[in-house]
Amino acid sequence: MNNVFVYIEIEGTKVQEVSQELLTKGRKLADELGVQLHAVVAGTGIKGAVESQILPYGVDKLFVFDGDGLFPYTSKPHTDILVNLFKREEPQICLMGATVIGRDLGPRVSSSLTSGLTADCTQLEIGDYEDKRAGKVYKNLLYQIRPAFGGNIVATIVNPDHRPQMATVRSGVMKAEVLDAQYQGEVVYENVADFVPAEDYVVKVIERHVEAAKHNLKGAPIVVAGGYGVGSKENFDLLFDLATLLHGEVGASRAAVDAGFCDHDRQIGQTGVTVHPKVYIACGISGQIQHIAGMQDSKIIISINSDPDAPINKIADYVITGTVEDVVPKLIKYYKSNSK
Amino acid sequence: MSLKIVVLAKQVPDTRNVGPDAMTPEGTVNRAALPAIFNPEDMNALEQALLLKDQDPATQVRIVTMGPPRATEIIREGLYRGTDGGVLLTDRAFAGADTLATSYALATAIRKMGLPDIVIGGRQAIDGDTAQVGPQVAQKLGYNQVTYVTSIDKVEDGKITVTRHIDGGVERVEAPLPILLTVNGDAAPCRPQNAKLVMKYKRAMTPIERPAEGELPYAEEYERKPYLNITQWSVADVEGDVTQCGLSGSPTKVKNVENIAFKAKESKTLTASDKDVESLVKELLAEKIIG
Repeated sequence: MNNVFVYIEIEGTKVQEVSQELLTKGRKLADELGVQLHAVVAGTGIKGAVESQILPYGVDKLFVFDGDGLFPYTSKPHTDILVNLFKREEPQICLMGATVIGRDLGPRVSSSLTSGLTADCTQLEIGDYEDKRAGKVYKNLLYQIRPAFGGNIVATIVNPDHRPQMATVRSGVMKAEVLDAQYQGEVVYENVADFVPAEDYVVKVIERHVEAAKHNLKGAPIVVAGGYGVGSKENFDLLFDLATLLHGEVGASRAAVDAGFCDHDRQIGQTGVTVHPKVYIACGISGQIQHIAGMQDSKIIISINSDPDAPINKIADYVITGTVEDVVPKLIKYYKSNSK
Repeated sequence: MSLKIVVLAKQVPDTRNVGPDAMTPEGTVNRAALPAIFNPEDMNALEQALLLKDQDPATQVRIVTMGPPRATEIIREGLYRGTDGGVLLTDRAFAGADTLATSYALATAIRKMGLPDIVIGGRQAIDGDTAQVGPQVAQKLGYNQVTYVTSIDKVEDGKITVTRHIDGGVERVEAPLPILLTVNGDAAPCRPQNAKLVMKYKRAMTPIERPAEGELPYAEEYERKPYLNITQWSVADVEGDVTQCGLSGSPTKVKNVENIAFKAKESKTLTASDKDVESLVKELLAEKIIG
């Protein structure tokens, strides 16, 4: 009862990084609350294959659901598992990845349990909440902190009366750290049929293509990112040239992705990838909060912008006032001539 | 096979084009400064519904939207593109709803409209980016759901096949009807308004939009042309439980809202001149920041 739960996402028998990031965060929250960290995983042929990828993050109890029809993921069976497990275990917090799966599953579970869910949190903390109207103080709630309203404000959301307090978090926002490779957590193998009625396996995945990521933007030491100010898909090629030269990766702001300059999977920000590079070169990016939420931990930020008042310049170490077409080729040229 | 389709659509402030006056000095959102638009991904959803209607004109497509009176515009936008009408859910009791209370209101309205074969909406709205309302409506209606849909490939024999986006790939999924789908922004864009339909429906209104008795021009037109009357429902009309609506039906509470102030750094400002750019590159190389 009252423990912290993390829903573990898998691809085949591989635990996804985002789940390990959440376990790391979940462990800290559980310690702060003085409760246990529990995890739940559902798939097909996972028994014996996933435990060692989960327990070392400090999981006290792992619930494994292994059965046909649980991989690939479909909404209803996984919802049944979480809803019925949560009715029995009564967790106080449930975390899941803000992935396609987490964003499909989380709301369905929250609706079944009438519990509050906050999407795409960028910070999670424990704290008190005073409901002034009801004259009531709630101790140790989960603060679900996220940019809101197109990234123009940051809101702290709480769920005072409903459990579990549910939150989704994007991949890369939290950091995965093994607590103890030998961590002795209990593993419970549940009988899937007790949780999922047979008629809930009606959605069939008839074809599926998953490709390994084409790039490693999340872990890149140098990121060259472009915004709407890059102006065109062709100008984005300049960014790719610079990134290749610096052994970095290209990222983009949402505005650039929406304008079709760059693929969606390179979007940096609250609703995209979060990066922590050594150097972040922001090209023609104005710097909405949603974007900054995804790159503010970069060590060195270089902003190239024709607008000297672009908001991103405030957090930049170097500001170059100029256009992307002008400055990026110069960076390439002088890097080539000085680096040898 | 003719279908009954309900499209979930939302009128949203255009958060993509936020100007400096979007926030008041007190740090609250200045809604008046933001234009209200048809949520972009709901447009993609509308197109998927209209494509099914193209295949069989007997297919019925209706929009349901929740919002203030001016959100009737969403239903008119649908009529201009070929829908069969819609319902505006409007009531002070709906105000302040989080996603759960919103899904409760929408599900209640959909039940009153008559349970359709397909409920379809955008993946998420640009003012909240939560992607929660679709799956929550599905759960409340007891429907299966498929999210992140990029196309509807076929509907036959009570089954639907769709292509959807997943992390790192794509999937084709087959599901029995009824179903709730949410549609991605990379699905087909919505068709433009049809000039004839604009002429036909430009005076379509909800009762709440009508001026007071006697001031309504073309008053008799609304009696002659029933299609100009857009349905408007309150909590009472849908027999909703007020405690599950709006602020009181919302388990999530906003503790506080801040204008975020990022730690400003002391920045070095350079021009785009060759001299400045070269000296920056040299500095970064010398400090082994790059290279």
